[in-house]
Amino acid sequence: MIWVDTLVQGILLGGLYALFAAGLSLVFGIMRLVNLAHGDLIILGAYLILVIVSVLGLNPFLAALVALPLMFCFGWVLQRVVLNRVLGEDILPPLLVTFGLSVVIQNALQEGFTSDSQRLRPGPVESASLDLGIVTVGVMPLLTFASAILVIVGLNQLFYRTALGRAFRATSDDPVTAQLMGIRPDNLFAVATGIAMVVVTIAAMYLGVRANFDPTIGPARLIYAFEAVIIGGLGSLWGTLAGGVIIGVAQTMGAAINPEWQILAGHVAFLVVLLIRPRGLFPRAQD
Amino acid sequence: MALLETRGLTAHYGDFQALFGVDITLEAGETIAIIGSNGAGKTTLMRAIAGLLRSAPGMVHFDGQEIGARSAADIMGLGIAMVPEGRRLFPSLSVEENLMIGAYGRKVPGPWHLDSVYDLFPILKERRHSPGTALSGGQQQMVAVGRALMSNPKVLLCDELSLGLAPVVIRDIYAAMPRILEGGASVVIVEQDIGQALKVASRVYCVMEGRVTLTGRPADLSRDAIHNAYFGAAA
Repeated sequence: MIWVDTLVQGILLGGLYALFAAGLSLVFGIMRLVNLAHGDLIILGAYLILVIVSVLGLNPFLAALVALPLMFCFGWVLQRVVLNRVLGEDILPPLLVTFGLSVVIQNALQEGFTSDSQRLRPGPVESASLDLGIVTVGVMPLLTFASAILVIVGLNQLFYRTALGRAFRATSDDPVTAQLMGIRPDNLFAVATGIAMVVVTIAAMYLGVRANFDPTIGPARLIYAFEAVIIGGLGSLWGTLAGGVIIGVAQTMGAAINPEWQILAGHVAFLVVLLIRPRGLFPRAQD
Repeated sequence: MALLETRGLTAHYGDFQALFGVDITLEAGETIAIIGSNGAGKTTLMRAIAGLLRSAPGMVHFDGQEIGARSAADIMGLGIAMVPEGRRLFPSLSVEENLMIGAYGRKVPGPWHLDSVYDLFPILKERRHSPGTALSGGQQQMVAVGRALMSNPKVLLCDELSLGLAPVVIRDIYAAMPRILEGGASVVIVEQDIGQALKVASRVYCVMEGRVTLTGRPADLSRDAIHNAYFGAAA
């Protein structure tokens, strides 16, 4: 029975990792930009929610709602002012710039908030749980997983059911011909990063509610996100969810055997998938 | 005033100059053809008009506006559409999505919409859910033409419609030209297939080494004159 419980907790944890990864997957899928600051942007989002909670006295859920449009605008400006300038054939400049951005965000947060751990407190729901018979699951992990599914369904709908989604896919295929359709790739990339920051904010809220955070933990979140994206296959959002779940399950299973193995087991699972399926579980045909 | 006009258009790829003072005009309702051998500068001319290759201000005029220094997206928004060389359909998009993206962000009133494009090329309706790149070359060219029409352009730039296609397929695609003109578009075609170009165009420009070497109505041009303009007098 304990293994069923471990499995379920792992799957639910996978939802959080999928949320970490979805924004990264989105940005990479559209503009082939590997954002090394993604983890730090999640932490930035968490601090933004923390500030809104303390200034406006809101519950973290409501504070996240306030943070969503702010982070969208931040992503839009970041892409327009910084990242668009370094996109091109060479992948090195974006890597360097986002690495620099990661350092800047970490230091700015340490400067502004010190390196003390922080936490978002949503109230009684934090410790609420549901008895499902075989297992008991926390309401927050359940909400996290449900949010991950909603985010992925939402992004898929956006991608495959709207004119904006068609423009995203067309620009990802061929940015030059996309301009002949009247698409302005610079604008479109800014919107994409804005949407990625919305997903980042949702991830940030669940991260902050689940565990303590401080300005230095971004890079580790980036690694989980990367692993989830690669396991799933570049460009596949459902694959990203599967990747998150695989890491989550591996971590909880590893922890059940020996608590020290939690993080290691996630990375080992990643390496095993990479050995068996180097292009991930659900790779896009043309990549 | 001409609908589309280039005045002393020059274009460069880095240090390499591909066009040297090209003057062409397109009147409303007209079809002109740009002919020339491979590497003559035809595609460069198209790319410069479409804004994919920026030119200096004052070199390209469309519908009373100066467009030479504008971005491709801006120029397309003004009412020019292009069928690029090699079709360049979007592989991630179905046939129907490829068509729909031709009108992205614009609702220009006019005769062209999904139904009328399907009416022009009925095979596309049957294949509308297939990935664009799963179609035969000729069908892909139909999608590329339909995609350009979806924005109800005033000027349609067609770059090498016949490239890599069987003669019977080329004939089918060119058979659509009269309806495209009836729909209100004026057309610039770039062709290596001189016979096809002379059939549909009211005026022809022959380009060689980045310069216009001959211009006139098809009926007024002798075979020898075209041959000389196409390959150079020494050929």
